[in-house]
Amino acid sequence: MELTGAEIVIRALKEEGVDYVFGYPGGAILHVYDAIHAQNDIQHILVRHEQAATHAADGYARASGKPGVVLVTSGPGVTNAVTGIATAFMDSIPMVILSGQVPTKLIGNDAFQEVDSVGITRPCVKHNFLVKDVKELATTLKKAFYIASTGRPGPVLVDLPKDVTAAKTVFEYPHTIKMRSYNPTVKGHTGQIRKAVKLILKAERPIVYVGGGAILGEASKEVTELTRMLGYPVTNTLMGLGAYPATDPQFVGMLGMHGTYEANMCMHDCDVMIAIGARFDDRVTGNLEKFAPYARIVHIDIDPSSIAKNVQVEVPIVGSVANVLRAMISLIREEGSQPLKKEALARWWRQIEKWRAIDSLGYEQNNTLIKPQYVMEQLYKVTEGNAIVTSDVGQHQMWAAQYYHFDLPRRWINSGGLGTMGFGLPAAMGCKLACPDLDVACVTGEGSIQMMLQELSTMLQYQTPVKIVNLNNGYLGMVRQWQEFFYEKRYAMSYMDALPDFVKLAEAYGHVGMKIENPGDVEASLREAFAMKDRTVFLDFITDPEENVFPMIPAGGAHNEMLLAGRDAMRSTHEEGMVLV
Amino acid sequence: MRHIISILLENESGALSRVANLFSARGYNIETLCVAPTQDPSLSRMTLVTNGTPEIIEQIVKQLNKLIEVVKLVDLTEGVHIERELMLAKIHAASPQQRTEVMRLIEIFRGHVIDVTESTYTVELTGPGDKLDGFMDAVGRDELLEITRTGITGIARGTKALRT
Repeated sequence: MELTGAEIVIRALKEEGVDYVFGYPGGAILHVYDAIHAQNDIQHILVRHEQAATHAADGYARASGKPGVVLVTSGPGVTNAVTGIATAFMDSIPMVILSGQVPTKLIGNDAFQEVDSVGITRPCVKHNFLVKDVKELATTLKKAFYIASTGRPGPVLVDLPKDVTAAKTVFEYPHTIKMRSYNPTVKGHTGQIRKAVKLILKAERPIVYVGGGAILGEASKEVTELTRMLGYPVTNTLMGLGAYPATDPQFVGMLGMHGTYEANMCMHDCDVMIAIGARFDDRVTGNLEKFAPYARIVHIDIDPSSIAKNVQVEVPIVGSVANVLRAMISLIREEGSQPLKKEALARWWRQIEKWRAIDSLGYEQNNTLIKPQYVMEQLYKVTEGNAIVTSDVGQHQMWAAQYYHFDLPRRWINSGGLGTMGFGLPAAMGCKLACPDLDVACVTGEGSIQMMLQELSTMLQYQTPVKIVNLNNGYLGMVRQWQEFFYEKRYAMSYMDALPDFVKLAEAYGHVGMKIENPGDVEASLREAFAMKDRTVFLDFITDPEENVFPMIPAGGAHNEMLLAGRDAMRSTHEEGMVLV
Repeated sequence: MRHIISILLENESGALSRVANLFSARGYNIETLCVAPTQDPSLSRMTLVTNGTPEIIEQIVKQLNKLIEVVKLVDLTEGVHIERELMLAKIHAASPQQRTEVMRLIEIFRGHVIDVTESTYTVELTGPGDKLDGFMDAVGRDELLEITRTGITGIARGTKALRT
């Protein structure tokens, strides 16, 4: 029996086990919407803006591990989605975006709602396709899911001209796909693994440095097993939080620009660094010339281009992190001959404890002003560390990362690479759909939340109860912090006058709103909010307007040049640092 | 250092722009670029000349390999290889003296005259890029009315072949 292109799209989605599609209809994609109307297996979530569709699909993918699926129309449908596609691309999130396009014979004609979608998204997708013949549709969709979810994952866009979704052909879905030009390496090179193990066992001042790749590659168990087996200190990147349990004594905290003192000092002073699914990004390394001067580095990554991009390494291993780590673990078990440097390690741990004692995340509590760090601590306490926490971008993002201790992967959902304000709320909706039994909190600020507020409406329609923790300090806090430190307190455009009454706003959208102004009410309000299981609650915390995120490596600084709260607060950055972001 | 990278890629629309986009997005140089289908019409062979430190060339090779349409590639400058470029040049030559001189240069550089008028010669010349540069210098930039060069293409010496 012949099916239309639109019906083929739906059948392919079913074959791929898709349960939710996030989208927004429009002219060029209407055939597909008509096919959605005719079935009940796949639920379509109607967002209020296409950017939210991509963020929601992204949140769904991060929480579930399955690719997120987005459906938009041509022209503005695609351009609105671009920010969310780029967000997913920077964080290697599996996503398939299906976009309507004008009919093939009108392509290139400046037709109504026409853009070159393949061209516009090319720099921010793992791959994209324009389907010109309905006979190629099923195979192309199979390829899209395959490419999006294998190797280093990423978004794949499939552009669907309206005549292709109308045309008919016999539906045959390929069960497997082989591409001569795409074949990611999964298994690590045995010789390299052997070399790495040798180096690792010889370490006197080791650090395990774990990035988002360990979460995307489902390698948390292996990371934990290897690290515990060795007894080495371990740090997670912003994207890697949860890959190793944060409450474990071997965990020295997040590293990087706003990482802990002990994590960054470990990175600086280590003699052997084991980098797992991490990409040595500028927020992590600080000044590359002063980065880890004594380290011999083992780097495991599925993407060869991540290796030796910023930092030269001694033992590169290309492969899936879980696979490579399993090989390492069994090798260490088998051999068992080479003993660890027990004495040196004990000395190293004594040093680490001294750094820890500095308590770089300490802050001064206040009786009248709510400290944002305190809200995060209470959020952790009230949810017993079990919630999925999404965040927007800015100071609140750093505080959430610092003070909420993630013991499990896929619980911390944030835009680490692109740093997209507006990500948090739609992502929280996607997380709630992926994990309906978990509490979901969206940590945000009054700046970020206003970029995607309209999604409160979607959240009511689909009953996705989320607790919005708004750290409202009246400022674009991270911008204000940089202006305080590096621009002599000239607060250009970082203050927003005329904020809405968020309580009334939440109520206008059919949700519950709460305004909290006293430190004494923080815990109780959170408890009250989380007790309302089936309601979205907007908690507007009025926080200390001048609180800064500490510790901090100023731009251009090295890991051992951290600024600590209270102590070095006002030291400014050097000249080269001023051109860095 | 100068590198000649030769790539087999799927002969699909958009493949060329993906390569070009990669170079501009990541700030790499392309000096020349030359592309056409191979004996297998589903594959194109692209040869590009680029410049960079060993670290940058390593990244270029890795990033190119990461493109879904790239099937295989080789850095020809890593081994013994032959490089060639084709140039077509329209040269001003009006006076008898000029015409003799230009003909002499064409002979020296082993070019072929492929079109002629009272005041011009049109010449076809192949060779490595620096030979073509040498010819242009010898003729003199003022006498070159128009030139077009294909960009470098190349192949490894010996039995080794870039194929799927």
